[in-house]
Amino acid sequence: MKSQLQLLKHLTALTIFMLTPYYLMGQDSSQSPGESQVNTCLECHEVLEVMPEGYSADDVHQAAATSCVGCHGGDATNYDMDESMSPAAGYIGIPSRQDIPKLCGRCHSHIDYMRTFRPRIATDQVDQYNQSIHGKKLAEGDQNVAECVSCHTSHAIFPADDPRSTTYAINIPNTCRQCHGNAELMDQYGLGHDQYDKYATSVHGKALLERKDTGVATCNDCHGNHGATPPDAESISNICGSCHLNNLTYFKQSQMAEDFDIHSCQECHGNHDIQPPTDQMLNTDSDTAICLTCHSVGDAGAATAFAMYRDIETVDSLYTLAQTKLKASQTSGMNYAEIDYQLQQTKQNLIQMRTLIHTFDTEEVKAKGADGIKTAKEAIHLAEMEIQEFQTRRVGYGLSTLAIVILAIAVFLKIRQRDEMLKQQ
Amino acid sequence: MSNFFDSRVARWLDDRLDLSPIKNLVEHKKVPIHHHTVWYYMGGVTLFLFLVQVFSGILLLMYYRPGENSAYESMQFITSKVHFGWLIRNIHAWGANIMVLFAFIHMFSVFFTKAFKRPRELTWATGFILLVLAMGFGFSGYLLPWNELAFFATKVGTDIAGVVPIIGEKLKIVLRGGDDVTGATLSRFFGIHVAILPALTTVLLGLHLLFVQRQGMSEPEFFEELPEAKKHYIPFFPDFVLRDALLWLVVLIIILSLAVFFPWELGLKADPLASAPMGIRPEWYFMFMFQSLKFLPPHILFFEGETLGVLFFAVAGIFWMLIPFVKLQNGSINESKFFTYFGLATLAFMLGMTILGYLV
Repeated sequence: MKSQLQLLKHLTALTIFMLTPYYLMGQDSSQSPGESQVNTCLECHEVLEVMPEGYSADDVHQAAATSCVGCHGGDATNYDMDESMSPAAGYIGIPSRQDIPKLCGRCHSHIDYMRTFRPRIATDQVDQYNQSIHGKKLAEGDQNVAECVSCHTSHAIFPADDPRSTTYAINIPNTCRQCHGNAELMDQYGLGHDQYDKYATSVHGKALLERKDTGVATCNDCHGNHGATPPDAESISNICGSCHLNNLTYFKQSQMAEDFDIHSCQECHGNHDIQPPTDQMLNTDSDTAICLTCHSVGDAGAATAFAMYRDIETVDSLYTLAQTKLKASQTSGMNYAEIDYQLQQTKQNLIQMRTLIHTFDTEEVKAKGADGIKTAKEAIHLAEMEIQEFQTRRVGYGLSTLAIVILAIAVFLKIRQRDEMLKQQ
Repeated sequence: MSNFFDSRVARWLDDRLDLSPIKNLVEHKKVPIHHHTVWYYMGGVTLFLFLVQVFSGILLLMYYRPGENSAYESMQFITSKVHFGWLIRNIHAWGANIMVLFAFIHMFSVFFTKAFKRPRELTWATGFILLVLAMGFGFSGYLLPWNELAFFATKVGTDIAGVVPIIGEKLKIVLRGGDDVTGATLSRFFGIHVAILPALTTVLLGLHLLFVQRQGMSEPEFFEELPEAKKHYIPFFPDFVLRDALLWLVVLIIILSLAVFFPWELGLKADPLASAPMGIRPEWYFMFMFQSLKFLPPHILFFEGETLGVLFFAVAGIFWMLIPFVKLQNGSINESKFFTYFGLATLAFMLGMTILGYLV
């Protein structure tokens, strides 16, 4: 049976050889396999229908003419299967997991070569990988940890900005979940396996997975990718601060950061399951106050939180009232451009107040609140003026119409009087 | 009114200026009363609406600033900041439309009552030119707010001018102040709207009114044939003028109500780089021509369809203006009936095309 299959393979190879146009056979032998126009690997594998799992014809390496031999070795110009897939031709078959980073690094660690494809491409992936938890474990002989193909796949590799790529922002959580969602596997390392589920319900996860907003944080934005390592308490703030810059700046300057260097963003906001923050997190009069996790009602910390909460609430309630007035002005068909502008200013103040709470300085929040109160009151005042103007227009219209009607009646009566006079004549 | 001529002021003026022609007009002008008298009011209403346009236009002129970067903004300022600016702008916009409507009604009523015939040929011709000028006011004024719809409507409108044979392309460039509709077009249209057209209108309106006063009210044929005893008249002053005033007040209330309850939108600012928005339409009084041109095939014999259409409307307009001079040679045709049917066909064509323009 085995020899029959072997014979079939040889016959197929011979057929392809016979059918291949002459000019392809006459290629310059000095050409490197990677640059060759002929890819006998692909031609035979396609005919025999023994294509690699998940193979994509659009794979980036295929497109860049790196071809099969770039990773598997062998001679892609030779139609003789025994010769082309022989150790003498450099054929290595399926590389072992341990060898994969090194194999990829043969090209990806060389800037001179890589920049021929993308001038600004990074070439430190293997270096970073070797320092990552994944890389270290792999070096110790751990066969379970992720190496290059675990995330990038073997035969359907696309640049990370291609939506088909497993490393495209929206696909990353699912790529990491392949291992980190596997309870059995994660138990071996004493790690949780619910990160994806938590992330999917978080503010970041919903934005990425539901609204397809690729700007939000996904796994590798906090953990790194090739150098994936769990961030420690201090670095978490820096990581969050790479997007939430003002919050980090205020926080680092605050008494909270000075006195307790163990404090970080995740203590109030969590990590994988970060929810949209609410003002109620500061309301020490309610059960929702996150501050009461460490502070107690009556202490200075709780008083600070409540003072900040009260200031925000004041501006927020004025903002809501101004919005209602704006709507009333809009539905009356009056001009609302300036009211809207003032409201935008109030909204901006509210956002800034909510950022300033990371200073834990009530004066700073109060000062910004004063601006918010001013713009909100101005918006309310303008809206009331427009509504008043609307009423004035109605009354004005009524009065002027009445005056014209009275005048018209007077003219009409005069006409009748004249008609009577003319009849008598 | 006759008391006025006995006053010291009138006598003082009469000594110097001889007020007898005015006195004659006031004391002797009379208006025939019959079942078509209502049409006599149409010209007066059009005149009143023109005065409303002049008055509201002058007020708008105080704040309007022509220019690519100031026209739209000044319109926003007028409608949102200037006291009663919104009212004046809406009166001007509504007044314009109603004025053109009454001008059309006036023209057709004169046509159907055959009031254009000898000796009123020149009154008819000046009246027709006044209607064309009113449409010019509408076309030039439409662009002035410099909003999206006006911008593209002007683009289409001036494109149509461009298909006139020989002079078309030059005419388009003169109208636009360049190859395209730009700020230069706006300045040009502003100049046309507030200087050139008002000057021409003043002269023609003066002539039109002078002719009307010189010739007196036209009497329809059936009225002329009545025995003298059955002919009823009312004095122009003050009886007809009072009736006129009553109608003017009614029209004023209508314009005010439209301005308050159906204000005109300012729309979005014109963006020459943006793609044309949906629903670009000319003003309703251009619709019959616009729709007819749309129905024409691209080529008719050796001519472009659109060119032929524009030429047709130009010739038809001139023919319409010169219609009092048309004499039917064949005695078998009743001239009066011929004009009635011709007028009805013209009106049906214009109404039909306008309705189609809004439905299709």
